[in-house]
Amino acid sequence: MIWNELTRGLRSHPVKPSLSGIARRRSLWERIHLDPWLLGMLLVLMLAGLVVLYSASGQHFSVVTAQAIRFGVALAVMVGLAQLSTTTLLRWTPLVYVAGLGMLVAVELIGDMGMGAQRWLVIPGVIRFQPSELMKLAMPMMVAAWLSRQVLPPRWRDLAVCAVIIGLPVALIARQPDLGTSLLVATAGVLVVVLAGLSWRFILFCGTLAAAALPLLWINLHDYQRQRVLTFLDPESDPLGAGWNIIQSTTAIGSGGFWGKGWLQGTQSQLEFLPERHTDFIVAVLGEEFGLVGMLAFLALYLLIVGRGLWLAGAAQETFGRLVAGSIILTFFIYVFVNVGMVSGILPVVGVPLPLVSYGGTSSVTLMAGFGILMAVNAHRRLLPR
Amino acid sequence: MRRRRDTLKNPEQELRVFRMRSLLAVLVVLILTGLLGGRLFYLQVVQHEVYSTRSEKNRVRVEPLPPTRGLIYDRNGKLLAENRPTYNLTLVRERVDDLDATLALLVELLKLPDEEAEAFRVRSRQRQRPFQPALLMSDLDEAQIARLAVNRHRLPGVEVQAQLLRYYPDAETMVHALGYVGRINAEELAGLDSGNYAGTHFIGKSGVERFYEDELHGQAGLRKVETNARGRVLRELGHTDPVPGRDLTLTLDSELQKLAVELLDGRRGSIVAIAPATGEILALASVPGFDSNQFVTGIDVASYRALQENLDLPLYNRAIRGHYPPGSTIKPFMAITGLKEGAITPGKVIYDPGYFQLPNDSRRYRNWLRWGHGRVDLERALAVSNNTYFYSLAHELGIDRIHENMTAFGFGERIAHDVQGQSDALMPSRTWKRGRFNQPWYPGETLSVGIGQGYLQVTPLQLATATAVLANRGEWVKPRLAQRIGEQEVPVDLPDTPADIELGNETWWDSVYSGMEKVVSGREGTARRIGRDLEYRMAGKSGTAQVFSLGQNEKYNADELKERLRDHALFMAFAPVEEPEIAVAVIVENAGGGSTHAAHLAKAMTDAWLLDDEAPDSDEVREALEREDDRVAGD
Repeated sequence: MIWNELTRGLRSHPVKPSLSGIARRRSLWERIHLDPWLLGMLLVLMLAGLVVLYSASGQHFSVVTAQAIRFGVALAVMVGLAQLSTTTLLRWTPLVYVAGLGMLVAVELIGDMGMGAQRWLVIPGVIRFQPSELMKLAMPMMVAAWLSRQVLPPRWRDLAVCAVIIGLPVALIARQPDLGTSLLVATAGVLVVVLAGLSWRFILFCGTLAAAALPLLWINLHDYQRQRVLTFLDPESDPLGAGWNIIQSTTAIGSGGFWGKGWLQGTQSQLEFLPERHTDFIVAVLGEEFGLVGMLAFLALYLLIVGRGLWLAGAAQETFGRLVAGSIILTFFIYVFVNVGMVSGILPVVGVPLPLVSYGGTSSVTLMAGFGILMAVNAHRRLLPR
Repeated sequence: MRRRRDTLKNPEQELRVFRMRSLLAVLVVLILTGLLGGRLFYLQVVQHEVYSTRSEKNRVRVEPLPPTRGLIYDRNGKLLAENRPTYNLTLVRERVDDLDATLALLVELLKLPDEEAEAFRVRSRQRQRPFQPALLMSDLDEAQIARLAVNRHRLPGVEVQAQLLRYYPDAETMVHALGYVGRINAEELAGLDSGNYAGTHFIGKSGVERFYEDELHGQAGLRKVETNARGRVLRELGHTDPVPGRDLTLTLDSELQKLAVELLDGRRGSIVAIAPATGEILALASVPGFDSNQFVTGIDVASYRALQENLDLPLYNRAIRGHYPPGSTIKPFMAITGLKEGAITPGKVIYDPGYFQLPNDSRRYRNWLRWGHGRVDLERALAVSNNTYFYSLAHELGIDRIHENMTAFGFGERIAHDVQGQSDALMPSRTWKRGRFNQPWYPGETLSVGIGQGYLQVTPLQLATATAVLANRGEWVKPRLAQRIGEQEVPVDLPDTPADIELGNETWWDSVYSGMEKVVSGREGTARRIGRDLEYRMAGKSGTAQVFSLGQNEKYNADELKERLRDHALFMAFAPVEEPEIAVAVIVENAGGGSTHAAHLAKAMTDAWLLDDEAPDSDEVREALEREDDRVAGD
């Protein structure tokens, strides 16, 4: 059945009557269920990202190749997901969500230790997999699936259910411990609720509650997490230890100036003063070598993508698709903001890659899967009378 | 999941809410992006300079290029201090995979005791920067270098590095004249130009090495390199060559210096020789010496303690810091003082009953010859070293005039131009005694000073200097060790040269010279034995310095005294009398009388300097010594 759906767009459709009743052939883009604008901008971003990555990897072409291959996989996933109808997505959502939860529990029990935290699920010789990545999409979809069946704006009972849907995976991810990801996953879920029309009074109430709970959160943080926050507040307190990353990244960005030092000319990045330069801190390479101009160009590109994504979300016919699409695109922006904010020193260090620029397969695939769903939501319109 | 039936879903409203919220989201997105843009503007435009500088500091490291230390030659161009390449074992921690295995292998290859591995481990941590080699061991021998070379492939990160180390070919002989260099210590570091000394590990610790440190050291160069975050040098950005230190040519004659050391033959003592006309110090020997090369590489604790605890004090530079009563060697200077002050004339005769008495004092100040020399004039007083004559002279002059005139000869002063660490010894005065003991000066003390005893103390260098001035007819030339610094000659006239000594009658100098000639050549001369086969005219004066005072009527037998309580033997001389080329001061500690135990050493020195023949070898001198030993005479 899925196969049918996947290939439906590619099979030539018979001429369908348009709204106006005049028969017309659907365009190629419509048939393959892709949005050319969004796809175009994503491709530009990926290509630009590869250019920066080549410099950030210490000019290792193999890294660029590996990343390009991952982009290929991610694009394939995107195109595949774009073929699914909203109905199918809606039908599969609870299953995927429950499977994701199950895997998080499995990680808790048997997960592989990596970087001092259990995040990976490994089937030896087959795959290493972070269930939290799956949750980045499955959870907001689950929230949206639930809310789309309810009368909106959500009422207290609906919110309680949403809290459970969001809370379970977030708690499991936070236990790994991966505070950054858990917060991002939670944000994706909360965004759905907000977009669905959560009352402002409630948002205000929660905000106050969260502020009051901050000290409690501080007490429950791991030492390294506290260290990150402290370092963020005063990087010079530990210039060679935890503060090193931030000092070096702000130095890289600042020394880039208006025009930048030029591609491959950044001393901070090429001479390895910059830590994690091809992953989380890649934006510092960008800032150093391409200056303020390059940074603003990238930010503009991201803004255009977000704008286009929101436009598509707003154009969706059904509440489910709309909420999912809106959450996906706003989460995408949050990644950008958190990453750039952290590298430029206005946010504490959390492990968030710069979307489609940082080196890394899993996050690229997840992001592009999100865009696939976004396009699917947009492409599969039922003909409704206006 | 039961669908709610009480209210109907309203798709229109849901869409409206969503769009409102989206619009709001766009606003938030724009605000947050503006925040990022502002932050980037702040970093990249407002604070650009700050971060630019910081980034430059990150990547550029300035490495000092130490200059090569100047060499030191003697007056004949013989190398006295050179820079010898030595080989050090170093290790770069970052390039070593298995430190334990590597250190174990090193200890095995170098055939060192197993405990060294631990010392190596400690040293491998001693460095400031990553990728900087740590010094494990210095001065590898050739066999060790060879074994390391063969096993090079098993020792990644281990390197043998060449380094120039100071080396003194004749360390034991030259050390007290040259001084030596050693590792810069914390105290010295504080006073140094840190830029110029950034790559320098050694500094002159004493002697010429210290006095001419600035000239010998040179100017450090530097090398700007780009490094990566781990400190590995990637390329050179700029380069300033160091200016090597200037070579130093000394006035020392290493052959004469060697002879002086051989003459002393292991006895504690000192010989200083000066060319009177130029002030050039020809020999500055202090025995025993020590191997200063040990101090260059860093001497081990046991050896250092052995040197320190050695009763003969090898670390002690007797030539410039040894304080000795000059004994009768002071008499020629007393004579000049007497002539200058009008207290005596060459013809003045006194009667010596064997002692001198101060008015209204029963104490007898004895001549060394108990029954006295009878009628004594100036020349005879010098030749036979008559004490009574000089007691009388000293009494007539008084301590003030003695102090003034002795100071004019450089006693109690630090006159030598470039002798690091020279002592001023002690030329006593009323003021000095008041300050030191809070006591008045007693007339009897003046008598002691008059024959070179009492509070009076001189260094061998001072005695030689005064002898040179005496030989110069009172004309002062500052003694110096450096003849040429680089290409630049040290001028004969140096600043702060003391005023020349002038006598009312020029022939009075000759009277004193004549008396001193009779010391070695006269029938009654105390050192007449050395005058027998003299091939030139030599003026000299013996001296015997009492190490401890005798009571009123005691007479002592030197043999019965413990060796270290025996008198010091002194002799001062210059030759040839008509145109002096060399002035010598000899002090042999606890040797006994100066005429017997020091005079022939002075003659050996003048012989070596004045005669074309080969210098007498040490065997000949030893024989001479044995011959003289039987003879006992007073001064």
